[in-house]
Amino acid sequence: MDALLLARWQFGITSVYHFLFVPLTLGLSVLVAIMETIYVRTGDETYKNMARFWGRLFLINFAMGVVTGIVQEFHFGMNWSEYSRFVGDIFGAPLAVEALAAFFLESTFLGLWLFGWDKLPKALHAACIWLVAFGTNLSAFWILVANSFMQEPVGYVLRNGRAEMTDFFALLTNPHVLYQFPHTVLAGFVTASFFVMGISAYHLLRQSQLEPFRRSFRLALITGVISSLLVAAVGHFQGQYLVNAQPMKMAAAEALWESADPAPLALVALVDTKDQTNTFEIKIPALASFLAYNSFQGEVKGLKDLQAAAEASYGPGNYIPPVAPVFWSFRLMVVAGLWLILLSFYSLYLWRRRRLEEKPLVLKALLWSIPVPYLANTAGWLMAEIGRYPWIVYGLQRVEAAVSPGVSAAAILTTLVAFTLLYGVLAVADVYLLAKYARQGVETTPATRMLDNSREVSLWI
Amino acid sequence: MDLTVLWFILVAVLFAGFFFLEGFDYGVGILLPFLGKSDGERRAIINSIGPFWDGNEVWMLTAGGAMFAAFPHWYATLFSGFYLALFLILVALIVRGVAFEFRSKDDRPAWRNFWDWMLFLGSLLPALLWGVAMANLIRGVPIDARMQYAGTFFDLLSPYTLLGGLTSLLLFTLQGALFLALKTGDELPQRARQAGLKIGTGAVAALLLLLIMSYRETDIFTRIVPGIAAWGALVALLLAWWSLSSRSYGGAFILNGLAILLGTAALFGGLFPRVMVSSLNPRWSLTIYQASSSPYTLKVMTIVALTLVPVVLLYQGWTYWVFRQRVKARNLEY
Repeated sequence: MDALLLARWQFGITSVYHFLFVPLTLGLSVLVAIMETIYVRTGDETYKNMARFWGRLFLINFAMGVVTGIVQEFHFGMNWSEYSRFVGDIFGAPLAVEALAAFFLESTFLGLWLFGWDKLPKALHAACIWLVAFGTNLSAFWILVANSFMQEPVGYVLRNGRAEMTDFFALLTNPHVLYQFPHTVLAGFVTASFFVMGISAYHLLRQSQLEPFRRSFRLALITGVISSLLVAAVGHFQGQYLVNAQPMKMAAAEALWESADPAPLALVALVDTKDQTNTFEIKIPALASFLAYNSFQGEVKGLKDLQAAAEASYGPGNYIPPVAPVFWSFRLMVVAGLWLILLSFYSLYLWRRRRLEEKPLVLKALLWSIPVPYLANTAGWLMAEIGRYPWIVYGLQRVEAAVSPGVSAAAILTTLVAFTLLYGVLAVADVYLLAKYARQGVETTPATRMLDNSREVSLWI
Repeated sequence: MDLTVLWFILVAVLFAGFFFLEGFDYGVGILLPFLGKSDGERRAIINSIGPFWDGNEVWMLTAGGAMFAAFPHWYATLFSGFYLALFLILVALIVRGVAFEFRSKDDRPAWRNFWDWMLFLGSLLPALLWGVAMANLIRGVPIDARMQYAGTFFDLLSPYTLLGGLTSLLLFTLQGALFLALKTGDELPQRARQAGLKIGTGAVAALLLLLIMSYRETDIFTRIVPGIAAWGALVALLLAWWSLSSRSYGGAFILNGLAILLGTAALFGGLFPRVMVSSLNPRWSLTIYQASSSPYTLKVMTIVALTLVPVVLLYQGWTYWVFRQRVKARNLEY
């Protein structure tokens, strides 16, 4: 195997793995902050216990997000040094700002929050978790600014054989980031909502600790209903935007080989990349046009025409991304999203009629749906990133030009295997601990008892 | 001042801050299995750095990010060139970060013991390897005309660079011992002092030898400022050792911190205006001017950094104030 392929696998595996932990962090930090704020405002100890319980699960997850994020920052220099040279002028800036503006905030105030329960006034303590929540979401913004440049380069000029920044503000207002950021953050809220609803459902099923888990459920239900609906809405507009901005990605997502007006939407398709056709498909006429333009008319460009156009602008080569993975990850994301919308609305309906706890099947469905947002998140990124191929920076640098020339395939293989094994082991330990603490439920230890109890009272160690 | 020079200084400051701050929490992690005799003591040791280590680690991430933003070629050549060394550091940091979190989430002794040793290893490797990496930076590595590293992992390991690693390991471990002497209670400060005296003796010997070898292996003594900083580091270290033996832990901590800062200053001062020294041909060395970003990017980043760095320093400093009390094994109220 060659270095390029291995480097691509390594980046794919480590980023997908990293992004298993990020979305929950984005949403759960805010939910914990809301719980603690209610505690501060009402003095109701149940909300404090809830904040501590969900805070503990947040931490187990957060730690994994942090350590896998470190790897991502250095990846660009290690495996993609030519990419780093080519776009470092632009791409490095948001990464540095992310560290300065967001990482410091999250890590410092998380330390204060964790160890400061008895050292800080209540309101200040609650402010700490709000700053953590703000920091994590801010960090998502900066990393998406960087990613959006790869999807849609703006605010640059090509000079001295590299892309140089000419307009920092253009980078921040990249139209791509204006869709991608809300979509990603809302997906994080969906993930956290279903995480909280699922674990609460588990306790409601077992009729244990009803009070804290009813309240947790209600809070997550509200955020879940809103965010799952909004994420789909933003996703829809993002798709419409991409039809023009990255037509090749959207054509691959539809497995649409020939341009068509009106264009049908294939629900399922067997993609034959070699003959550039689908050997089997079930399609709905004109639906792709409708989704793209809100009208049953309008041409959607097919892969073959786009390939011809790309050859005309960039010279000979294959500009069609791997169609099947993009097509299927798009479908997986959409189906998962629809399932979450239905489930959250049905739960809301039952909740309003006070009948949710009589429906063990729905509670079980909620519990078993905890992984669904994770599938949707992963599929969304696979679609976004695989759909960018063969470009690493859309229209500017191809992926094979970006890899480190001095790093051998053997070196990359070594680190690829090691990261994969290490991540596998850690995933097991992480899930074990999450399940253990989720099952154990809310601790109602009052603060005074902790002083003389040197056993397990800490959130951190 | 030229923004390129300013950013070289800023990167140096970020590395210095990283070594100064994370140095002690690496040291605490290294000492953990040896100084903590009971579970309570080990918890006290970990809790002493609990609120700080993550914030300290961000100094490294920011140094890396600043290098990427301001000197992309430096970032690209360094991290692709020192590939396996950096990989080992990353693995260590992964294991270390989760060890903090996972350790006490289960009270079986085997589980805790395992994560304690992971904390040890996860702290030891970066403390050692960052020293090896820095010694390589100043000594020079095979960089070819295309700014590419043309050697292997084993070219990074020479007696000189390994000595550099040993020196940073000992300085950081000493800093950890001094921090524990300051921040823990009961018998731990006494034990930390005993360990610190032994480690300090080793650190003095290692640093002295490193300085002597640096005359042959590097060119830092051809200029006055890095030369003074290098010998100043040794003086500060000796004073730290002397303060420790007279039980002035606070003074010793500051002085050893000063030794770390002066060592870093000697290193970056010796590099300037180069960022990567080529051992193949001096003309192939990367300088700040060849490696830097465009003036526009540097300007934007300067505005961002000058706005944010003071704020970060303020709230990080406040954290140390909030947690200024000693952490005792009997009184873990978190």
